[in-house]
Amino acid sequence: MKPSLLQKKQMGAPIINSDPNSQPNQDVFSATLLELAQADRDIVAVTSDSRGSGKLVVFGQTLPKQIVEIGIAEQNLVGVAAGLASAGKKAFAVSPACFLTARALEQIKNDVAYSDNPVRLIGISAGVSYGALGTTHHSLHDYAVLRAINNITIVAPADNFETREAVKLAVKHNKPLYLRFGKKPMPLLTEDSSIGFEFGKGRVIKQGNDVAIIANGETVYPALQAAEKLEQESGIRATVVSMHTIKPLDTELILALAEKTQAIITVEEHMVNGGLGEACASLLLQNGYNKPFKIMGIPDEYTVTGSQVEIFNHYGLNADGIAAAVNGMLVS
Amino acid sequence: MTDQELIAKSIRYRKNILKYIVGAKAGHTGGSLSCIDILNVLYNEVLNVSPENFTSPDRDRYIQSKGHCVEALFVTLADQGFFPESDLETLCKYQSHYIGHPTKKVHGVEQNTGALGHGLPIAVGTALAAKMDDKDFKVYTLLGDGELPEGSNWEAALTAAHYKLDNLCAIIDNNKLQITGTNAEVCNTEPIKGKFENFGWAVREVDGHDVKALKEVFAAMPFEPGKPNLVIAHTIKGKGVSFMENSVKWHHGVPNAEQYEAALAELEN
Repeated sequence: MKPSLLQKKQMGAPIINSDPNSQPNQDVFSATLLELAQADRDIVAVTSDSRGSGKLVVFGQTLPKQIVEIGIAEQNLVGVAAGLASAGKKAFAVSPACFLTARALEQIKNDVAYSDNPVRLIGISAGVSYGALGTTHHSLHDYAVLRAINNITIVAPADNFETREAVKLAVKHNKPLYLRFGKKPMPLLTEDSSIGFEFGKGRVIKQGNDVAIIANGETVYPALQAAEKLEQESGIRATVVSMHTIKPLDTELILALAEKTQAIITVEEHMVNGGLGEACASLLLQNGYNKPFKIMGIPDEYTVTGSQVEIFNHYGLNADGIAAAVNGMLVS
Repeated sequence: MTDQELIAKSIRYRKNILKYIVGAKAGHTGGSLSCIDILNVLYNEVLNVSPENFTSPDRDRYIQSKGHCVEALFVTLADQGFFPESDLETLCKYQSHYIGHPTKKVHGVEQNTGALGHGLPIAVGTALAAKMDDKDFKVYTLLGDGELPEGSNWEAALTAAHYKLDNLCAIIDNNKLQITGTNAEVCNTEPIKGKFENFGWAVREVDGHDVKALKEVFAAMPFEPGKPNLVIAHTIKGKGVSFMENSVKWHHGVPNAEQYEAALAELEN
């Protein structure tokens, strides 16, 4: 018998954020961008009536000549940003991920990626950040559609450190780029400063030889909590990776984990079709992988609504759910 | 360049358009013939663009939104010395960069276009960058009348007026035909002039085959300070070859050997 909605909710406690200094990644994005833009007049924020949700109000007040308001017109947002970029501007096109990567997909494909105009596309309130607003406001397709487009780097930072580093790199990365941010304060994954950040290289947050948990964005933190729970309760040692860059994928790291561990599980705030999990599956299958493998994400169904935490809990994208999935894989 | 020299160039460009379309066995014949006088005047009289200054941030920009009429652009760029004209013998051939729509792989092409409704937003962004940097370059984009129903054009039209982009010039190749029939039958976009004026643009209408009139209209930019410029160029699809003129079937019709000879004979006279 399938568990009821209430039972499912009770299966996992809400994500506990023990870091009092944590901020939403998209707030860290805007603060970092402002800091960098004050020293570089070519940095331009392009918005679609989205400076409030993008936390760019202060940016607009501080640098009014470096913000371009388009109004609610995402296709035009991306086309104009492509024109700005072609003329030397470091254009950051900021819009809710749900609209940016769906309504303006043809502009992303042609005007940004195909024409190689180095627009930095910033998808805010991504995944199910706007959980209760419903499917129109969810972006559970963005990895899938962008992965199928040549010449674009796709990055979903997990915490405030990764966000800051990603924005700094984005300014220097003179190529098409998609950065995806959510609304919830995200605790630091690690204080180990030796774990650096670069596009295309996964960050190993925790080491363990039994299972590899490969997650990205706002699912890395619950993956880390799951790993701690597995270790405490079952003695299972997990490697936890923040695979912030989905494309290009860190194939070297994933194949090394395939050798080292007994099972791999991926976790993402995206539909299970076409995202991080399937990217890993494709790589692994084509390299002869035959150990247990599981993709956790939002299933291909009419998505339940509620807060982001409630949706995560509903689909088991929390410490309990991920730990239970790992236990199931290792038992079988 | 004198008007007579420009007219002579137009004839040569038209012959080349047909030559390379026949060679490729593909191409957008009618629309390339309708917009070629506009390209001729732009590249020979208006644009500060050359193979030598093409990487300069101060060059003028030409973005062809109606990318399917790439043959007109390619023969013009070849004549400007961006690449040897003989390169066009590879048009639409395996692994050629000279494909059926503009691509930056071809020297002289500013943006990869082909999907409609994309040129104007990019041109708006480029013109806005010029304003932000106090640069004097101008941005020109050529639209087909058939692509006007694309909503992105109207989004960009709003933005252009909002930011007072009088350094931007959109030109509509108004040949009044598209693949299915007349614009009026498919989706009536008239009155184009009134619509753009209501969006805050300064609009001029011109005979899109009259090189003298085209020179004059571009020289008059900005038509009104603080407003983006729209040139509605009244043109004839298939212009220059009587049996192609105003005929939908030549939208992407390819002449056979006999038709090609007849077309050349007409153009030479």
